[in-house]
Order: sequence, then C-alpha cells, then structure tokens
Amino acid sequence: MTKTHIFVCGGIGCRAMESEQLRKNFQREILVRGLSDEVQVVTTGCFGFCEKGPLVKILPDQTFYVQVSPDDAAEIVSEHIIHQRKVERLLYIDPETRKRVTESKDMDFYKRQFRIALRNCGVIDPDNIEEYIARDGYSAIAKCLTEYTPEKVIDIVKKSGLRGRGGGGFPTGLKWEITRKSENSQKYVVCNADEGDPGAFMDRSILEGDPHSVIEAMAICGYCIGADKGLIYIRAEYPLAIKRLKRALQQAVDTGLLGRDILGTGFNFEIEIRYGAGAFVCGEETALIHSMEGCRGEPTFKPPFPSVEGYMGKPTNVNNVETFANIPVIINKGAEWFSAIGTEKSKGTKVFALAGKINNVGLIEVPMGTTLREIIYDIGGGIKDGKKFKAVQTGGPSGGCLSEKYLDTPIDYDNLIEAGSMMGSGGMIVLDENDCMVSIAKFYLGFTLDESCGKCAPCRIGNKRLYEKLDKITSGEGTMEDLVRLKSLSLVIKDTSLCGLGQSSPNPVLSTLTNFYDEYVAHVKEKKCPSKQCKDLINFTIIEDKCTGCTLCFRNCPVEAISGEKSKIHHIHQDKCIKCGLCYSKCKFEAILIE
Amino acid sequence: MIKITIDQKTVSVPRGTTILEAAEKAGIDIPTLCHMKLHDMNIENKPGGCRICVVEVNGRRNLTPSCCTEVEEGMMINTHSMRVINARRTVLELILSDHPAECLTCAKSGDCELQRMAHRLGIREIHCKGEQSAYRIDNSPAIIRDPDKCIMCRRCEMMCNEVQTVGVLSAVHRGFNSVVSPAFEKDLMHSECTFCGQCLAVCPTGALTEVDETTSVVRAISDREKVVVVQTAPAVRAALGEEFGYQAGTVVTGKMVAALRRLGFNYVFDTDFAADLTIMEEGTELLQRLNAFLKGDKSVKLPILTSCCPAWVKFFEHQFPELIDIPSTARSPQQMFGSIAKTYLAEKLGVDRKNMIVVSIMPCVAKKYERGRDEFYVDGNPDVDIVLTTRELAHLIKLCNIDLTTLPEEDFDEPLGQSTGAGVLFGTTGGVIEAAVRTAYEIQTGKALPRINFEELRGMEGFRKAIVDFDGLELNIGIAHGLGNARKLLEDIEQGKSHFHAIEIMSCPGGCIGGGGQPYHHGNADILMKRQHALYTEDELKVIRKSHENPDILKLYAEFLGKPLSEKSHKLLHTNYFNRKAE
Repeated sequence: MTKTHIFVCGGIGCRAMESEQLRKNFQREILVRGLSDEVQVVTTGCFGFCEKGPLVKILPDQTFYVQVSPDDAAEIVSEHIIHQRKVERLLYIDPETRKRVTESKDMDFYKRQFRIALRNCGVIDPDNIEEYIARDGYSAIAKCLTEYTPEKVIDIVKKSGLRGRGGGGFPTGLKWEITRKSENSQKYVVCNADEGDPGAFMDRSILEGDPHSVIEAMAICGYCIGADKGLIYIRAEYPLAIKRLKRALQQAVDTGLLGRDILGTGFNFEIEIRYGAGAFVCGEETALIHSMEGCRGEPTFKPPFPSVEGYMGKPTNVNNVETFANIPVIINKGAEWFSAIGTEKSKGTKVFALAGKINNVGLIEVPMGTTLREIIYDIGGGIKDGKKFKAVQTGGPSGGCLSEKYLDTPIDYDNLIEAGSMMGSGGMIVLDENDCMVSIAKFYLGFTLDESCGKCAPCRIGNKRLYEKLDKITSGEGTMEDLVRLKSLSLVIKDTSLCGLGQSSPNPVLSTLTNFYDEYVAHVKEKKCPSKQCKDLINFTIIEDKCTGCTLCFRNCPVEAISGEKSKIHHIHQDKCIKCGLCYSKCKFEAILIE
Repeated sequence: MIKITIDQKTVSVPRGTTILEAAEKAGIDIPTLCHMKLHDMNIENKPGGCRICVVEVNGRRNLTPSCCTEVEEGMMINTHSMRVINARRTVLELILSDHPAECLTCAKSGDCELQRMAHRLGIREIHCKGEQSAYRIDNSPAIIRDPDKCIMCRRCEMMCNEVQTVGVLSAVHRGFNSVVSPAFEKDLMHSECTFCGQCLAVCPTGALTEVDETTSVVRAISDREKVVVVQTAPAVRAALGEEFGYQAGTVVTGKMVAALRRLGFNYVFDTDFAADLTIMEEGTELLQRLNAFLKGDKSVKLPILTSCCPAWVKFFEHQFPELIDIPSTARSPQQMFGSIAKTYLAEKLGVDRKNMIVVSIMPCVAKKYERGRDEFYVDGNPDVDIVLTTRELAHLIKLCNIDLTTLPEEDFDEPLGQSTGAGVLFGTTGGVIEAAVRTAYEIQTGKALPRINFEELRGMEGFRKAIVDFDGLELNIGIAHGLGNARKLLEDIEQGKSHFHAIEIMSCPGGCIGGGGQPYHHGNADILMKRQHALYTEDELKVIRKSHENPDILKLYAEFLGKPLSEKSHKLLHTNYFNRKAE
C-alpha cells in the first residue's frame, strides 16, 4: 500500500496563519488513531497560493485543501484519510464556475505557472536531503564533476540564456566565465539572499522550501570558476530560511556533497552563512561584499567588478538565490530545453511575489513573456472587490508603476525597462482605483530615502528633495513648477547616482508622472486627490438626506468632531476633523461623503 | 598606451589612467570635490561620491565619474555637454541645499572648496531647497566638528582610517541622515582621536576646523599685568608665507619674528631652541639605553621612539599601551619650552609664572590638546597657555593690520631664541632623528662628525630605514610618518620582530610641515615637498648645525639644569605616559 502523505505548507504566509499548529494537530490525530505507519505529515516550503492559506495537500491523490484551520485536522484525518471522503468545504471554489476544484493543477492560479526555480517548493520536505535527491537533486553536480569540464558547464549556462534574477539581468554564464578567467588562487562564490523589496519573498521561499537547490548550484558555480568557498549573504530577519539552510548545509556535508573531495572527484567546496542586518542597499553586490568584509554596507564604483576584485579583493561570483535555483535544472535538462522557454532575450521563467489589491496574493513562477494581464487576471484572479485596475508596480521600490496600457506587454527584462520600470527581483504590487499615484510614488520614494546608503550626493540629497516635493503636492501646496522640477531632478538623479539604487529610485516618480500626469495636475491645480487618499485634500461631510441620526459616527469619532442628537442630522466640524475615516467606515447608511 | 578623445582632443595615456588624469594631460580641468590625491605620497580619496566630476562617455547609459573611471580604447568623452553641465550644477545645488549658507561667519570662508565650486559652476540660485541636516557641534580642545557642514566627501574618513589607522571618523546612519562622525556619535574628546588634525587638513568645507584661540592672544597681550612670550615651531616659518602670497617653500622666519613683535609679544622665542634641548635629553637617553642594551642589560628595551609629536603620543597610549615604556620620556619641544620659560626665564625676568603667558605658534592642532594635559600644569598653571596654528597666526597678523611682506627681517630674543640647524629639522619627517644622530654620534664616539647631512634619513617615503655607522657601531634607524606607517613599526616591536635601535615617528604625512594647522594644501603635495626643502635649506644656512653646540643650551645647563637627564631635567623636561585603552 502506498503511504499517504499530508503536506502542510510551511511558507511564511501559512505559518502566520497557524499552519504549524495545524501540522501538530495532524500529527496528534495520526498518532491517536494509530495511523503512524500509513500516514506521514510533512512540512514543506511555500505552495505559493498564500491568499488561500493555510494550504494542505494530500498525496497520492493530490487533493488540495485551502484555508485549513488547525481545528480542521481531525476532520481531514477522519474523513479523507480513514473514510476516503473528500472534505468538500475545504476545497477551492473556482471563482468563475463556482465549482469545487480538487487538485491544484486544475486551479487557474497554478494552471498557467511553469515552475523551475520553485520546482520543489511545496513538493518536498526541505529538511530532508533525501527528498531533494529523490527529485534529481545533486545529480547535476555529479554530472558536472564527472562528465563535464568547467568550460563545458559554463557553455551550457551561457547557451541557456539565463540572466541574473536579482534585478540586473546580467548573463549568468558570462559572469561565470569572467570570474573563471580572473586568475587567482582564491576565489569565492557568493549567494545574494539579501532580499529587501517590501512585499517580496521569492528568495526567502526558495531557501525555505528548497535550500539544497541553491547549495548544489553554488557548488557547480565553484567548480566552474575555480572556487572552493561559498558564502551565502542572508538577512538575519529570515530566521526560518537560515534554520533550513543550516540544516541543509549540514546534511550536504554529512552526505559528502559538500566539503573535501566531493564524490571522490577531488573537488572541494564549502559554504558559510553570513548575516545581513537588513540594509536594502546591501543587495547591491559591491555593498554586499563590503558588508561581508565587515565594512559599512555601501557600494563602490564598478569596475572593478566583483568577478575581478570582490570579497577580500579576490575574484567573486555573486548570483542571486533564484538564479542559482535554476542552475541544476539547466544542467539536467540542457541549455536547449531552458532556452526554449521565454522570449528572445529573456529565457526561462521568473518568480514574482504578487501582492496588493489582487485576489490571489501569492508566489508565482511564469515563463518570461507572459503578459501582465495574464498574471494579474488569469493567475492573480483579478482585482479585489471588483474594483478597477489602476497600475502595477514591478521591480520593487525602485521599479515603475505601469498603467493599463502596458497590460499586454510581454514581461521580460528589456520590455519592462522600455516601459519605464524594471524586472527587479520580482516584486509585483497591484494597485486599484482607490490608490493615489502621487502617494504611491511618495511611499516608494520614502523607502529608498530610508535605504539609501548616503554615499553619493544625488541619491542622498536628491531623493530627499523629491520626497519633499511629493509631500508638498499631496498636501495641496504643490505648483506646476514643482512638477517640472520633479522630472528634471529625477532624471539627474538617475543619470548621476553611484549605484543601481540611486539610478532607479526616481522610477516611481517618473513612471507615475508619465502615466498618471493628470492625477498630479489635479493635486496641484484643483487641490483635489482623485482617489481621495490625500488627507489634506479631502473633507468628510454628512449627506443630510441619508443621515438617520443613529449617532454611530458621533460615538466613534475619536476627536469629537461630530455633533448631533439622536434621530437628528449630524454634522462634521471640519476644524476638528482629523480625516481618520472612521465615520465613513462605521456609517451603515452611506451617509458620509468624501470629497 | 590607450588613445581616447576628450572634448575633441585626442590623447594617449597609459592603461589604468583615469578620465580625470587623462583630461588633465589634455589641459582640461574637470572640476572635482570629493576627490583628492597627494601625488607621490600614496594618499588618494576617490569614493566617487560627490558626482561633480561626471562626464559623458559615448555609448554609456549614465554619466560617469571621471575620478574613478579608467580610460578604455577609443573612448569619446564630453566634459561639458549640456547634459553634463546641467547634472553637475544640479548635483552641486543639491549639496548646497543641505549646507548652511553661513559663509560670512564660517571659519573656512575664503578658503572653502565648496564655496569655490559654487562660484566656478556659477550657482546663482538653489532650485531644490528643503530640510537641512541639523547636528550637534562637537567641541574638543583642538578640533571643532560642525557636521551640518559635512558634504560626505569622506576625505577625513580616509585620512583617519587608511592613512592614520586611528579609525575614529566614519560614515554613520543612512540616506539623508548619513554623516561622518565618531562611532555612536561620541565626542572626539571621548574617542581615540589623536587630534593629529589630518581630517581638518583635508576637509573641503568648514565641517572640521581648529579651535580658534586668536582672541585669547589679543586679550593676553592687552593685559598689562602679563608678560607674554611666544615660541614658534620650525615648520611654521616654512609655511606662513603662503598665507601672504609667497610661493610655497619661502622661509619667512625674520618677517614672522618682526610680525610677532609688532603684535605686542614681550618676547619672541624659538621652539627650535627647545628642539635643541630635546636633542640633548632624548639623545642622551638614547645613548644611555643603547649602551646599557649593548652591555646586555635585559631590563633595557630598544628601540627608543621619539616623543615630540603629541598625536603620536596619544596614538600609542590608546593603541599600544603595553609599549608605553618604549618611547623616550623627553617632553616635546613645545612643552620643554613652556617648562623652561616658566622656570628659568621667569626667574631671570623676576616674573611669577602666573603672570607669564606662554603662547605657541604651531603647525599642529594636537599641540592645543597637548598643552592641556594634566601633567603639564604646575599648581594649576599650565606651562603653555595658548596654542595658535600657523593659520591662526596668519589671521591674527591680518587682524592687527600688519603687512608681513613689507616687514624687515628681525632676530629672535635672547635667551631662548638661539637655535641650530638641527633644531630646524624637527619640522620635517626624518629631521628629529637626523638632529639626534648629529649629537649622539659626537657624544658616543667623541669624534667630530665627518659629515653633517644624513641624506639616507631624508625623503618622503612613508616608512624609511637606514643604518648609520657610529664609528664601527651600526645603528639601525627607522623613520615613519603617518600613523598607519607607525602602526606597522609598533606591531613589529610588539611581535619582537623589530631590529631597530631608534625610530622617529611623526603623525602627519611629511611631518610637521604637513601638520593639521598649516595653510591648507588642498591636495597639492608639491607644497609639502617645497616646505621640506625649505627646512633643509634653512639648516644649511645655519652657522651652528648641531644641538649640543648651541651656546644658549650649554648656558642653560650650566646655569640651571646641570646636565642632561639630571634630576632637574627629569622634573622639568621629561614626562610619563598613560594607558588610555579603557577610555
């Protein structure tokens, strides 16, 4: 009899919704019912469909349960496992057909995805190296060490067309080749796991769900460039990823897949973990290297590139987590297989963290060339609450906001840059009609402002000035000249900043100026915020015809700005109102008007 | 050679040359702000942070900083396109928008590189005004930090960390709030700062300046109760003229003396005299230790280290406290002078020490700190009351309507005014040890020196070594200037690897001629070379060139001190050091 597996998602979203307790409850049920020999409970990495978490998958029948609470464990065990009856109420409902869907492969969210980097996330127990090995794990390194020369492997990676997934999009094979050609007795492989975009958790999920894929790829890279030492720079705020990574490293060492004389080939490779303190700029490779060296995390001018002069002055190959996660598959399936996926200049797939005003928040992986519309509507299930789509912010805090006209743009590195945004590491935040684009630009700029290292003047002071101007505009104090200055200053900051952070930080400003200029003008000329988000530009009033005098607003107002007696029309005193919006959300008769 | 085109001019330059250097070769002066290079001294600051030097390179997406971009074959560069000028001005406006517009009252006014840049780029308006940084001013006895004026050029940080390896100044905080500061924004006085002043010697703005004590001098001179005496350090005379339009390297000793007299000082003396005295004490100490060592006395440690430089003293007290019994116990010339002035001279003049004010003119800001050290006070009265830097003296001279250029040359007063060529050498790296060798040789061997110039001890290399033949006895001598070089020597001593008998250390690159109190060199190392040359010339011109032949020194010993290392000498001319590691 095939053993039954209960996979419980151990991704961060599901854990936040008590999936850990759920797993414990499953285990207790299994134990109490004496099923320990037949059923195994496994915590996996992220399934991706965070919106519907906590998620549970039962094998071998592939049943996919959504929004499972810890209390549901008993029912699933008794119904599904013992009585072989699916728990209908926990099955996903297709929003279109309103029918229950049993397996993930039939769900729109998964149907259009193509998983390479995330291939093992949600499929294996990340704490068990054997499960990784069972899915071809470490066969790529074995193949490289026994069948291929380093040049051959580099050639495969080059031919695959893989480009850096951290944002820059530099051809990975070429980077490896340059590092290989930099002569030095000591070289390093560095894995950049300093994922810092707000709302992004691609790298984290890979490390939490499939740490061995990164370890294997780093060893392959070490073999190619001639390095025997790898360093993983990971932010200390990722404790679960660190824990799993540490365990995976130990298992790899114990299995002889890391350390000295790997697989008897004479190749040595070891990996050390280095912790980042959470500075966004340390995702920039030179800043990352300085941080690892114990220096202030700030970038230096390139060249020299790390591949020539990197960590401790030695040639260093820095790749991002997702880039590495693609490598073993490329080796196993071949360059042609990989390069057949994607667009002309952007091969393979890309992982995105879908967030914002979208129905299916979660982690997805799609082939390059998928359009924004497919991602947002087909996979993402469209905009929440039936609202109107306004923009999508790609590329993290320094990406751009793309309007509706870009929805059918096939996503790849070059198209996004042309559209005024960028791929970045894969953050994708969807905005709806209620979002004020000036405020959004200000929000993102506020982030880069905090995260700028302060080294170069345009980024250090320029972004501050941009922020101040945006603040002025959202306060209703802006002038048309400010709009001109915003643009010209943004262009100079992009043109003169030292590193990628400053060179892209004005993107939210420029892209919203281009795509949503009318909104800026409304703030400046009419002193109105069309999305009714900017507090200084809106007033709350009571629609007399609708007010029933229920006193609910009066009782809830935190600053006593509302007066009125029971059953009589209430009144909001503008001089006292702090525009918190509580009256608006409490009113049962839609009697509060924002204008 | 690599061929490139800059502003339509074609130049060939060696591989590794930066666009900035190539442009210079083509006669094109690209403006720079954070960049600073002291040629031949291996000191360079090019963080690529200010972005003022950006240029347009064909085929590149962004403008590129010329100071840190190396040339590539066939590069087409435009240094003054509309795009470049607009970017350069905008960036400078941004820097100015976060800089207090206090030029009229700023210590750096008229000598400020930011001010000059604003003028050069024709900034008439700041289009992007906004919030300005507001930090606390950090006052110390020697250096004032006004971080509001910091433009994050990082020159001070480079000097403090890479050149001096003191490690006090570094960038803290992030983004708009980033500023150069001691860790945890401590005050300099509570840090391991040596007050060497190299930070303020390179600061392009008024963010780092010396404590201005010119008013205290005017007040002292105006006080009829007080006898105000002044001493001037050797390196001052080789640099003061620069503040009055003289070429670097012009020695203005006589005019300086005349000016000091016209300022109203009662007596104008020479620190060079005290330098000769230092040689008597330190040279004798060297020989005493050397001879004991050679006789196999295990309690004696070598090498002996010079101790004239107060920043160096503070450096080893903080960084190498376990070695505090290695340096000579001789006080610095400034402090020897103060001590002798307030005892020997005061007695001669019949003045109570409390009514005598000793003013020092120094090329140094650490001297301001040194004079305040507890051990240099007697009954609450300091041996040296006020220290002015060379720059402050220039200001004072101008304040008092004196035109240095038209003054006659005058001589120092007696009895602390006569000095030898050896004393003059104290102002440059290698000078103290050369002066010591001249005296020690003759005392040790009992023979006259066959030659007076020790070329092997001279130069600008950060670390030098030489063997001096003491009539058959080979003396290994090490010389370091810049505390980073000193650190290497100390580490060798710590690890028992040092084979030197004597080591001279000066904190500032070039020695006192490059001191933190000297007229600003603005990154021009030639100025330091010329000042050094001037001191060697001054030495050559002296009739007496060995400290032990200075008649006034001999008289001082005969009348007052007895002999070198006598009990009185110990009390007045020697000191002890403190472990400051815990501070």
